[in-house]
Amino acid sequence: MKIDVPHVAKLANLRLNEKETIKFEKQLSEILNYVDKLKEVDTTNIETTSQVTGLENILRKDEVKPSLSQSEALSNTKSQHNGFFKVKAVLGQ
Amino acid sequence: MNKKTKLSQLTIKEAKEGLRDKMFSSVELTQSCLEQIKKHNSSLNAFITITEKEALESAAKADKLISEKSDLPLLGIPIALKDLFSTKGIRTTAASNILKDYIPQYDATVVSKLKDAGVVIIGKTNLDAWAHGSSGENSDFGPTMNPWNIERVPGGSSSGSAVSVASDMCLAATGTDTGGSIRLPASFNNVVGLKPTYGRVSRYGVIAMASSVDSIGHFTKTVEDCATFFNVTKGKDTFDATTLPDVKENFDDALNKNVSGIKIGIPKEFVSTELEPEIKVKFEEAIKVFENLGAEISEISLPHTKYGIAAYYIIQPSEVSSNLGRYDGIRYGSARQNFGDEAKRRIMLGTFTLSSGYYDAYYKKAMKVRTLIKEDFDYAFEKIDAIISPVSPTFPWKLGEKTNDPLGMYLSDVLAVTVNIAGIPSLSVPAGFSKNNLPFGIQIMGKQLSENMLFRIGNAFEKETNFYKQKPNL
Repeated sequence: MKIDVPHVAKLANLRLNEKETIKFEKQLSEILNYVDKLKEVDTTNIETTSQVTGLENILRKDEVKPSLSQSEALSNTKSQHNGFFKVKAVLGQ
Repeated sequence: MNKKTKLSQLTIKEAKEGLRDKMFSSVELTQSCLEQIKKHNSSLNAFITITEKEALESAAKADKLISEKSDLPLLGIPIALKDLFSTKGIRTTAASNILKDYIPQYDATVVSKLKDAGVVIIGKTNLDAWAHGSSGENSDFGPTMNPWNIERVPGGSSSGSAVSVASDMCLAATGTDTGGSIRLPASFNNVVGLKPTYGRVSRYGVIAMASSVDSIGHFTKTVEDCATFFNVTKGKDTFDATTLPDVKENFDDALNKNVSGIKIGIPKEFVSTELEPEIKVKFEEAIKVFENLGAEISEISLPHTKYGIAAYYIIQPSEVSSNLGRYDGIRYGSARQNFGDEAKRRIMLGTFTLSSGYYDAYYKKAMKVRTLIKEDFDYAFEKIDAIISPVSPTFPWKLGEKTNDPLGMYLSDVLAVTVNIAGIPSLSVPAGFSKNNLPFGIQIMGKQLSENMLFRIGNAFEKETNFYKQKPNL
C-alpha cells in the first residue's frame, strides 16, 4: 500500500519538508503493509466493538455547575483580545 | 525495619506503619526521596519537573494530620505523576515541546483523589511524548535510562514513572497503559504495574491518546501496595462517562488467600511468538512456581493473538489523530510543527485509516477484529481464572537500537496489546533476572473487573519469590 503523504499531511494540518515526506512515505507504507494482514481474517457477520465494557447511553442531568472563570480559561493562550481568544479570520472575502 | 534501609526504599505499607508509629516524619521520608532524585536524576532523567517546595509543604501538612490521628489511605506518602496527568498550577508537558509551557487550570480526577488520600506529589515524570512509544526514547525532554543498566531502555511509555519507583525516588507513581505502557516499563525495571479494566479509573484530565483503549494505572514496589493505590484511584466519575459502576471487592481478603486450585492458562500463541531464549527459560521457571503453589496450569488458545498489533496500529493511531487534532496552538500549547516524528507518524497513519475510501478497509475492519480478540478472551475465561505470559518477548534493549525502525518498535508490544483491545485488566509482576542482571516480568491477565483475582495471584507469586527486594546498583 502506497500512502500519499503530502495529501494526508494536508488533511492532518501538518507541514512537512521534502526530507520528512520521503522518510514518512517509507515508514508509513511499511506499517500499512504490516496491518494489511488483517485481510486474512474472515469478519463476515462480525459486529464492530467500539465500547469494550458494554456501557450504553450514559447520561447526566443538564445542570449548571461551577466552571473555570474567564481569566482562568484564557490563562494559557498567547493570543487574546478583550477577554476572548484571538484567532485568524476563518472566512475569506 | 533495618536501620541501614533508606526511608525512600520503603514500601507504602512499611512507610505507613513507620509514620503511624512516629519512627520518622513524612517530611523526612519526602527528603529521603528528594535526595535520591538529586543523586540520580541527572543520569536517569526520570523527572521532567521536580516539585520540591510543594512536596515539603504537603509533607508538613501530612505530619500535622498524622499527629491528629488521621488515617487517610496514602497520608504522607511521596508519589510521582506521569507528566500526562493534569496538575493544577504545575506544568504538564506530555513530554512534548507543544505543551512545554502549559499550566493546567484543574487537576485530573485521579490527582484529586490522590490528594484527598493524603499523598505528597514529588514531581512529574518523563515519558515518550504523548505516551507514544515503547522505549522511553521519544521524549522531547531526552530519553530516560534504565537504572539496572543505563545503556538500556527503561521501556515506555511510562518510562520515568517506572524508573522513579525502581530507583527509590518515590514509593509509587501513576502511569497510563494504552498498549503496554505500564506493563512493559514495569517488567523492564523490576516493579509492579497495574493496567486496570478499561473504565475502572477515570481518564478525566489525563491527556488523551486513544480514548477507547486508554487505561489509567500505576507502579508500586509490591502487589499489596498496588491494591492500596488502586483502592484510592478507582471508581465512577461523572466527568468520564466510560467509568464503570463501583463493584464490591475486598482486597485484604484477596491478599490473604493462596492460589491452590486456581486455574491458570498459558496461551500457546504467546509462547510460540518469537521469545528470546532466556525469556522462555524464565517464563518456565515462573510457571513452576505457580505449580508448586498448587495452581492448576493448562494450555489455552487465543487464536487471534497474531492480529493484535495490526488491529492496535489501526485503532490507536486513528484515535490519536482525532485526539491530537485539538492542538492548534490557539487556546494553549504551541503550533503543530512542534510535534515530534512519532506523533506525526501516528497522526498521519490515523488520518489515513479514517479518511474517505479507507475507513471500511482499515478502521471498521480493525474494530471487527477487536470483537474476535475479545471473544477469544471471553471464551478462555469460561474455564480458567487467569492467564499468564511474559510481558515482553525480549529483555530491555540498548538505547538507539530501534529508534529508526518504527515497526520493529511497535512489535515489542506484541504480548501486551490484546489486553487493551479486550479491555481486560493485567498485572505485571517481577519474575527474575537474565544472566546479565536485566529484569524480567510476567503479566497476569483476568476477565473484566477481576483485579481482585490478579492481586491474589500476584501477591502469592511475590511472597514466594521476593524478586522485588532486589534493587538496581545505582
